[in-house]
Amino acid sequence: MELKSQNDTWKPRIVAFFCNWCTYTAADLAGVSRIKHEPNVRVIRVMCSGRVDPQFVIDAFVKGADGVLIGGCHIGDCHYIDGNHKTIRRFAMLKRILKDMGIEDERFRLEWISASEGEKVKTVTNDMVEKLEKLGPLGLPKKFIAWDEEMNHLELEISKPKEEIEHV
Amino acid sequence: MTSTKQNGEVRIGYFVCHCGHNIGATIDVLKVADVIKNLPGVVISREYKYMCSDPGQEMIQEDIKEHNLNRIVVAACSPLLHENTFRRATEKAGINQYYFHMVNIRENASWVHVDKAEATRKAIDLSRAAIQRVFFHQALEKKQVSINPNVLVVGGGISGIHAALTLAKAGKKVYLVERDPTIGGLMAKFDKTFPTLDCAACILTPKMTEVKNHPNIELMTYSEVEKVSGFVGQYKATIKRKPRYIKEDVCVGCLDCIDACIYKDGKYYDEFNVGLSKRKPVYIPFPQATPQLVVFDPEACVRLKRGKCKETCVEKCDRDAIDFDQKEKFEEIEIGSVIVATGFQIFDAKKIPYYGYGKYQNVYNALEIERLVNSSGPTGGQVVMRNGEVPKKIGIIHCVGSRDEKTNIWCSRVCCTYSVKLAHLLKELSGADVYNFYIDMRTPGKGQEEFYNQVMREGVHFIRGRVAEVTDWAAEKEEQGKLIIRVEDTLIGVVRRIPVDMVVLGVGVEPHSDADKIRRLFNISCSTEGFYLEKHPKLAPFDTASDGVYIAGGCQGPKDITDAVAQAGAAAAEALALIDKGFIEMEPNTAFISEDNCSGCKSCIPLCPYTAISFDEEVFKAKINEVLCKGCGTCVAACPSAAIDQNLFTNDQIYNEIDGLLKYEIV
Ligand code: FES
Repeated sequence: MELKSQNDTWKPRIVAFFCNWCTYTAADLAGVSRIKHEPNVRVIRVMCSGRVDPQFVIDAFVKGADGVLIGGCHIGDCHYIDGNHKTIRRFAMLKRILKDMGIEDERFRLEWISASEGEKVKTVTNDMVEKLEKLGPLGLPKKFIAWDEEMNHLELEISKPKEEIEHV
Repeated sequence: MTSTKQNGEVRIGYFVCHCGHNIGATIDVLKVADVIKNLPGVVISREYKYMCSDPGQEMIQEDIKEHNLNRIVVAACSPLLHENTFRRATEKAGINQYYFHMVNIRENASWVHVDKAEATRKAIDLSRAAIQRVFFHQALEKKQVSINPNVLVVGGGISGIHAALTLAKAGKKVYLVERDPTIGGLMAKFDKTFPTLDCAACILTPKMTEVKNHPNIELMTYSEVEKVSGFVGQYKATIKRKPRYIKEDVCVGCLDCIDACIYKDGKYYDEFNVGLSKRKPVYIPFPQATPQLVVFDPEACVRLKRGKCKETCVEKCDRDAIDFDQKEKFEEIEIGSVIVATGFQIFDAKKIPYYGYGKYQNVYNALEIERLVNSSGPTGGQVVMRNGEVPKKIGIIHCVGSRDEKTNIWCSRVCCTYSVKLAHLLKELSGADVYNFYIDMRTPGKGQEEFYNQVMREGVHFIRGRVAEVTDWAAEKEEQGKLIIRVEDTLIGVVRRIPVDMVVLGVGVEPHSDADKIRRLFNISCSTEGFYLEKHPKLAPFDTASDGVYIAGGCQGPKDITDAVAQAGAAAAEALALIDKGFIEMEPNTAFISEDNCSGCKSCIPLCPYTAISFDEEVFKAKINEVLCKGCGTCVAACPSAAIDQNLFTNDQIYNEIDGLLKYEIV
């Protein structure tokens, strides 16, 4: 098994936050039912989709995720009454912020997947992977390096002796 | 690490499981163990065939002692399955169980991926995330809360009755809530039960009476659960008591008022006889109804509809039990656990128009036949059709609304055997020639195949083929005035037309059309078809994802009486196990506020669904009541000053998981 192919064949990296009661259970069901799907999603289990701090999402993008997926119970089914209502509001707000940052719509997704919808875990995963493959890498960490270099360069320019600048 | 808030020197033991071939065949476990070995903090990294086995657990415990480990990560199956197993093992070796973390590489990886390199990479990523996470784990203690020993049973069919009696006999107080005026459910409508042909009423009614008379059971019929709050051990439920317009404690069930009603004959749809007879506005569902109380139908009673009537019933009642001013009442009860046994409904045969139900008067559904062959039914057990004739030839069609892509895809499990039973009863009572049309005969269970053979020997015909249509269009003289069943007999490969007098549709079972309402009240999930979802399909078919809420009978899936009773008993036993323990251990995943950081902005307060957060005006800080907090983490995600955190899911832990997942370069 050769694992060094990370960069030569790029594959989308998706960080997912699944609530314990519905979507995480659905993913388990997909497992038990051997519903094969794309291997790009890495799940972080939280008790409720309402636990997902908008900063988690931003952080995931910053650290190199190409997409972020939040999975929760259907509206009305949240184990904590209405945690997912709060998720919707945060989702809408985050969408706007991400748009302003130039992060494409398809990269951030919210899905209601109930404990019995193992099949939906597959459809959502595969669909998201397909869309991200079309978009290509987001690669924020690399961009940060490039931006840092640019900033350094600019700073260097500014710190040059005044005459030189005037000369230019 | 993105944060520096670590506690002491961290010594991690990492254990990855092959789970036989379940993981080992798809994930290169050796490789995973090898990569993880080199991560900071990891003291020991091992793989083993079956981590959850005794030797596997012992290995962890020995390693903890030998290598002085203080964090344990196991990569194996889902934490929902074995988290507790490994927590216990960790605790046994003398370190706090919450220093353990589980990585799911079976359900989340090896079982769902084909590409071995990708699955292995995923296992490494998930493990790395866990390794980074456990740096921030802390010792926690489980909280104990007391449990209210009272139980609410929803639904008074055979499952609910059996569960209630079991609990009551064990000395627990039970509230049995039934929305109909009587308990008994579907079973009360049956004449004989398969495969033994014992009389349903003879075995059910004694149980109904026992429920009525049991000092530990508070029977609430004609009532519905309106609202539920609280959590396992401490639920509160509001019960709506619909008015019967009868003083329950005064009425003795003499039924004189029914005779005295200004309607001399029944005029309204009789629910108990599924419309095969008519009842009066004041009625008792059936003679053995429990409780023995009459009900006034507000939609039908002239006095209730128009406010004016001769009130002959009131005149007749010498006990003064009738009270037309009764209003809906709401009662609040406190319970610690719940058994939901709300049953199922039968498929509406009108949805398959080519079988002619509702169009031809001599097409019946199976439940109507149950009433028709019942000695206490509308015809006193005579098989007389709606046109007044006794049928000479009867066709019973199986799988109506079952095993059909267009309606319900599941097998309803009871129709084959009840169709065989009805064939036997119809033949016995009317002497008719009976034909059964089946796709496959499914008669699993004790004594059922034997029963099928017996009925076949009695001369009932069985034709294999899905019926194409039921029509009254006669092709030949002898078909005139008959219902013709068109079917391909697949055993001889011939399309046949079989003229009969009566058609019986073996309708399937499905979830109640309003099953969703109860499901939401108790926070139960449902499967795609709408039946309530059990915690585990094999090992916990009576348990749900909501702690302290159990399910039994037809609401969980199609079932015969035998299985419904068995499941009800199991659910009751589970509830007893919970109650008799005396207390419940809660996951310590509550949220807490760091006072120093709280700015007093109050944004968290309205977010809490349990009103666990209050505001201390004096110090101008928010406070979380640990007892009320259920650990959803919504407030944590919302705090603008990051002053709130959640045990077991701290910000540090999650940020480090994210970081670990995305550090591909290490590979
Ligand atoms: S528990 Fe699933 S969204 Fe709240």
